[in-house]
Amino acid sequence: MKPSKPYRVFRTSALVVVVFALMAPLLWMIAASFKTNVDIYDTAKAFVFSPSLKNYETVLQQANYLQFIGNSLWVAFAATALSLLLGVPAAYSMSRFNMKKSALVVLMARVIPGVSLLVPWYYVFSNLKLVGGFTVLILSHMFVSLPLIVYIMMGYFDGLPIELEEAALVDGLTHIGAFRRITLPLSVPGVATAGILSFIFSWNNFMFALVLSGSDTKTLPVAIFDFVGYASIDWGGLMAAATVVTLPIMLIALFVQKYVVSGLTAGATKG
Amino acid sequence: MSAVITPRTDSPEAPAASPETSAWSRWANEHRKWLFAAPAMAFVAVLIIFPVAWTGYLSLTDAEGSVRAESEFIGFQNYLDVLTDTDRFWPAVWRTVLFTSVVLFFEVVLGMAIALLLWRPFRGEKWVRVAILLPLVATPVAVGMMWRLIFDPNIGMANQLLGWIGIGPQPWLAGQHSALPTTMFIDIWQWTPMVVLILLAGLTALSDEPQEAARIDGASSWQRFRHVTLPLLMPTVIVAILLRGIDALKTFDILYATKGRGGGSFHEVETLNVYAYGLSFDYNDYGVSSTVLIIFFLIIIGVMWALTYRKKGLGR
Repeated sequence: MKPSKPYRVFRTSALVVVVFALMAPLLWMIAASFKTNVDIYDTAKAFVFSPSLKNYETVLQQANYLQFIGNSLWVAFAATALSLLLGVPAAYSMSRFNMKKSALVVLMARVIPGVSLLVPWYYVFSNLKLVGGFTVLILSHMFVSLPLIVYIMMGYFDGLPIELEEAALVDGLTHIGAFRRITLPLSVPGVATAGILSFIFSWNNFMFALVLSGSDTKTLPVAIFDFVGYASIDWGGLMAAATVVTLPIMLIALFVQKYVVSGLTAGATKG
Repeated sequence: MSAVITPRTDSPEAPAASPETSAWSRWANEHRKWLFAAPAMAFVAVLIIFPVAWTGYLSLTDAEGSVRAESEFIGFQNYLDVLTDTDRFWPAVWRTVLFTSVVLFFEVVLGMAIALLLWRPFRGEKWVRVAILLPLVATPVAVGMMWRLIFDPNIGMANQLLGWIGIGPQPWLAGQHSALPTTMFIDIWQWTPMVVLILLAGLTALSDEPQEAARIDGASSWQRFRHVTLPLLMPTVIVAILLRGIDALKTFDILYATKGRGGGSFHEVETLNVYAYGLSFDYNDYGVSSTVLIIFFLIIIGVMWALTYRKKGLGR
């Protein structure tokens, strides 16, 4: 049945409000990143201003953001790749052998407050002289990624019919062979979902890098704070920095929308 | 012609010549259950078990200063101190509870409303979905900074907007009493879309028949929602509350990005997580911070247990 006309009018106006409320702040941030600090302070130039790339120059050249972008990329990539390597087989096993309690061990990592792990990690890793290096950052980000990947992939493997593997066994493949040649290729969309989401969460992660990174291994979310001084804030630079952090991840999410949504809602409908 | 057709014993698929039948391969296949699961479990366990045990131990000592410093076992003194601390600890507990319940309430109500609006197909659906997705994937620290500019008392857009409709400027994040509600607003802005996505997935999975039956019986749209859709959707709502609840209890990025250390100069947005972080890394008061963390951890487990109490196997 088609919705009635008054409802459609109401729905359209309500959705316009929703879209505006969600998009306007982001657009405002991007607009401010093209303003000089003088224009930001001038309320008459709220909407009409001559855009300048000065803030991006500051961020990318003086503030060394190219290096921080590289750091963030490397940490997120490495953490995602290693987590997939550990997480996908684990999720397969946990799904096929119904290892609920074992899965709970991994999913505990989602529940525990990160701060409670940071002090002991800091102690151990500083004794191993690893604090400030990439190893410890990648390990800590894997701690975020791995439960996410196991959670998403368990749901995905639950949905793959076991008959396909059984047929492969009849054809002479070993169990591991069947996993590698049949199940894994079939689960590429699931792996993509898990990988993309893991990358996003690792990219956005703040607290672990705040404590464990050094000045050379700083990731973008931590580097943003360089624009907040004790006395004053370089608003233009700050907004350019915020845009540089957010825009790439938003563009990735736009291109692979389907995967991001299915990852974020994984397990939701099964109740 | 027949000479070409030879049994392809060199093919990797053929088990006879495959290296996969080696002793190692047979062992691996037999034990694949643990061979696959153990590395991930070991990784998480090593990174969790030692820290949690150590946090438990530290909470019984007077550890402070350097993490390497000698500390003395003082029994439950920290717990006594923390639980009688009405200066920082209890206000932080109260703020955590307030923050979590307020943002959860608004995120679920608004999320439900928006999900219902998006339920049936319409033109321009794609654009709305883009708008829903963007705040979700935006880096929380950057989001905090973005709102910091918008809510700036002097140059922020928020007060300009209020000025146009004749309302005087508000202190927003800068005010001792307005800071916490403002951070709640930011959290609601960023995470309501998450609830929308989860509920929309749940709505889409519902069968249409109960809806149609209720419509034929003459139920109004509110009655259909209240007595048909909502009960059917309840499991999904609980999943959404659980997922958002755990994260809301642990909110850190937005609070730290907007108010900095200690939750502001009056600790106005200091939740348990921010308090524990400050005790650990600003004051190096490891014994007390471990105590706060153990209590915090027990609260989270308790809330999860309460939420999953009536539903088995809800974790997934």
